[in-house]
Amino acid sequence: MTPEVLAFWSLAIVLVGSALAVVLSKNLFHSVLFLALALTGTAGVFLLLEAEFLAAVQVLLYAGGVVTVVVFAIVVTERLVGTKLSHTSRNVFRSTLAASAFLVFVGSRILTWPLPAGPAPVMGDATKTIGSLLLTRFVLPFELLAVVLLVSLVGASYFARPEE
Amino acid sequence: MGLQPYLILAAVVFSIGLFGVLTRRNTVGILLGVELMLNAVNINLVAFSRFHGNADGMILTIFAICLTVAEISLGLALVILLFRTRRTALADHIDWLKG
Repeated sequence: MTPEVLAFWSLAIVLVGSALAVVLSKNLFHSVLFLALALTGTAGVFLLLEAEFLAAVQVLLYAGGVVTVVVFAIVVTERLVGTKLSHTSRNVFRSTLAASAFLVFVGSRILTWPLPAGPAPVMGDATKTIGSLLLTRFVLPFELLAVVLLVSLVGASYFARPEE
Repeated sequence: MGLQPYLILAAVVFSIGLFGVLTRRNTVGILLGVELMLNAVNINLVAFSRFHGNADGMILTIFAICLTVAEISLGLALVILLFRTRRTALADHIDWLKG
């Protein structure tokens, strides 16, 4: 067993385990903490795929940003009503059926589809490639993304404004 | 190691996220499920990008991450707004548009 395979399987176990904990945990706050673990595990998978920049972005934006915002939302909403957020589940049987049907369908497609056997030859510095592509071929989507972020910032502060 | 294990892992995580979205009553819980699903898609994008030697998938991943951040901030702002007006975070209670 090569170190790469070992690293992949340990990351896979962490990722799947924490993902299950996110959807099954009774406590909403624990769910968020397990989500942070799952997102960090994904950053590890990115490292394994030699995308160091994406791993850094993943940890900064997701594990750092998103989880902080969700925790803030939980704190604010719990204080508003004074009771703990209930975090129950429903339709467990039917949802299990739907999710596993999806998994079986996609899994069978993946297992039968002809896929590249090994990774492509080293791409060189992936971070450098991403940087130059962002400012040449993808410069228009990049600028549009800035507009989207501004709109969501204004929209979020409008929705969550204090009551007059 | 081939591409298949990565795709299977992403499919498993996506299914778990789908299960979460379908079962959770709390809107914040539903949003967490959506996060898991988007995360699985990102794994797919990066794996394909690496195995085909094409950086376009990584660019798409960056866009996906940024859009997810925008989505979660707006979603949570809506959750807070719902708490103000309806004093609930359960998706079943959000039925203004039901005739």
